[in-house]
Amino acid sequence: MSTAATDMPGNTRKAGRYVYIAAVVLLCAWVIVPLYFLLINTLSSPEAVNSFPKSFIPEFDLGSLSFFANFAGMLTALKNSIIVAGLTMIMSIAIGAPAGYALSRFDFPGKELFRMLILLTRAFPLPLLALPLAVMFIRTGLDDTAFGLALVHTTLAVPFAVLITFSLFSGIPIELEEAAWTLGCTRLTAFTKVVLPLILPGITASAIFAFVISWNEVFAAAVLTIENRTLTAFLLQNLDTSPLHLKFAGGFILVVPALIFIFAVRKYLFAMWGIANR
Amino acid sequence: MAVIEIKNVAKRFGDYQALHDINMTIEDQEFMCLLGASGCGKSTLLRIIAGLETATSGEVWIGGRRIDNLSPKDRGISMVFQNYAVFPHLTVFENIGFGLRMQKLPNDEVKRRVERTAELMHIEQLLKRYSGELSGGQRQRVAVARALAMEPDVILMDEPLSNLDALLRMEMRAELKGVLAESKTTAIYVTHDQVEAMSMADRISVMHEGRIAQNATPVEVYRNPAEKFVAGFIGNPPMNFLDAKSAGSGNWTVAGQSFAGPAIDKAAIEFAIRPEDMAPAETGIAATARVVEPLGAHLLVTCDVGGTLFRAVLDSDLVVHPGDILTLAPQADRIRWFDPETTQALS
Ligand SMILES: Nc1ncnc2c1ncn2[C@@H]1O[C@H](COP(=O)(O)OP(=O)(O)OP(=O)(O)O)[C@@H](O)[C@H]1O
Ligand SMILES: [Mg+2]
Repeated sequence: MSTAATDMPGNTRKAGRYVYIAAVVLLCAWVIVPLYFLLINTLSSPEAVNSFPKSFIPEFDLGSLSFFANFAGMLTALKNSIIVAGLTMIMSIAIGAPAGYALSRFDFPGKELFRMLILLTRAFPLPLLALPLAVMFIRTGLDDTAFGLALVHTTLAVPFAVLITFSLFSGIPIELEEAAWTLGCTRLTAFTKVVLPLILPGITASAIFAFVISWNEVFAAAVLTIENRTLTAFLLQNLDTSPLHLKFAGGFILVVPALIFIFAVRKYLFAMWGIANR
Repeated sequence: MAVIEIKNVAKRFGDYQALHDINMTIEDQEFMCLLGASGCGKSTLLRIIAGLETATSGEVWIGGRRIDNLSPKDRGISMVFQNYAVFPHLTVFENIGFGLRMQKLPNDEVKRRVERTAELMHIEQLLKRYSGELSGGQRQRVAVARALAMEPDVILMDEPLSNLDALLRMEMRAELKGVLAESKTTAIYVTHDQVEAMSMADRISVMHEGRIAQNATPVEVYRNPAEKFVAGFIGNPPMNFLDAKSAGSGNWTVAGQSFAGPAIDKAAIEFAIRPEDMAPAETGIAATARVVEPLGAHLLVTCDVGGTLFRAVLDSDLVVHPGDILTLAPQADRIRWFDPETTQALS
């Protein structure tokens, strides 16, 4: 009797754990399996890619990859992508963070309208804007430059930057800043010494977000650049007509840098979601 | 020398007048309590002195210097906040030393002063911890230590103990009073807890709807309330009020009894007496007991005098039952009178 009674909660807890583990495994599989096939196909010879059934062990045939490495313009496109994404990251934080701060700390006429407008910038589909933008860029000489494309990507990323930093700043009690002011800080030093250290993880996360938005964006990149293509635009243009094994390799090349980047800064992403490590 | 002078300070938030023409002087090294109900403007006044809020009109002077145009850091004040506002990304040591570092003091001087104030507040063993690793009481000590380490002319505190439990509050109250007396700073302390104000303050400013209702020593505020609001706000249970009809030549009829009062030409005024300033006697005010609450040392009897609520704190040896009619004689020198129109005290 007594053993049964004590076993009961243990059993239900165990069952709960199995469900939990199963869910985690399923989620991981959801993400990892396609990536794994991408990896296998990338590292396979063209014949293996087109054959069936698939082997689960890659052949380590570097043919497709070395083809890309030697493909003219490939490395330039990668470099362009990094430059554009980096610029987008910097500009969207430089513009978005002060706006987020103002929204959370100051009362000004039209504040609610301003918040609405920020969201509304996402209401216009890019294809609709592409033609007038292209014309405007050609007139101003911004077409086919990394900076010009970064500007477009920044407008895509800024709403998120504003909203994320707005909630970050709102999460920091104004009393902390006021305490800093009474302890000898100006508005600026209070910001750099108190607010900034507290929101840095969140800022970094929203910067990463901006980076990823720019990295993945293909439409504006394809329309607005010709010589200075980013990786997405470059691959879109060249893979369309390529054989399957090269498509896989191209996809792999597109995914991996973003994965490495996110892995490197994962700590800050966790911090944003409140799974802080400290 | 840090005398604080508040001259004609008023504050509006849009249409709402939070402070009306406040005038007040706080002497050097004085401990002044701002006491009042929630929403009466205590924090607003304190924040105007600190420079966290701008007055709509009026001036603030500290130590003979007009400071209402200066930013908070240039006013020679430090402040303790209700929610502690301990910086979460810094250790206790760095929190206490924050202001000193802003002044660019040398490292050993910072260390010396942090350690001394930490010792004063009994938190020297916590210096390496972060705010997340402290209890509420410990955080409050850090906040006070951080303010004291600045060695300010003036220390401003906005309900610093209100988030602590009752026992800790009592302990911190005594400790804080001792520490502040020793530090020789002028202190303004905002609270809505009258016991806190009575026990700590050299002087109490009772605030009511954005005005100073009375500014006097704790005993004076208790014994001689300047207006009816103060009489009803201070004291637990508060003062009793009864209608008084003129019986000519400074005599007044209260609940059928005649009392000597102010010799003024009015048909009706108000009679007031503290619940503990009465004793059962042969003649006096007839009060019907409704609720009897034995409190150990005393007996709190809630009565009814001609339909008016009337409380008496009596000796606990007395035996009183609900429904009994008590004859209560007020102590003559403790009777106070108020003008029902102006609500001011009469003498
Ligand atoms: N920023 C503001 N905007 C509009 N009204 C305000 C603002 N700050 C305070 N008030 C109003 O001014 C009045 C006084 O507020 P204050 O914070 O000084 O009250 P308090 O006496 O400190 O009350 P409590 O004991 O609850 O802290 C309140 O009615 C409040 O609603
Ligand atoms: Mg307040």
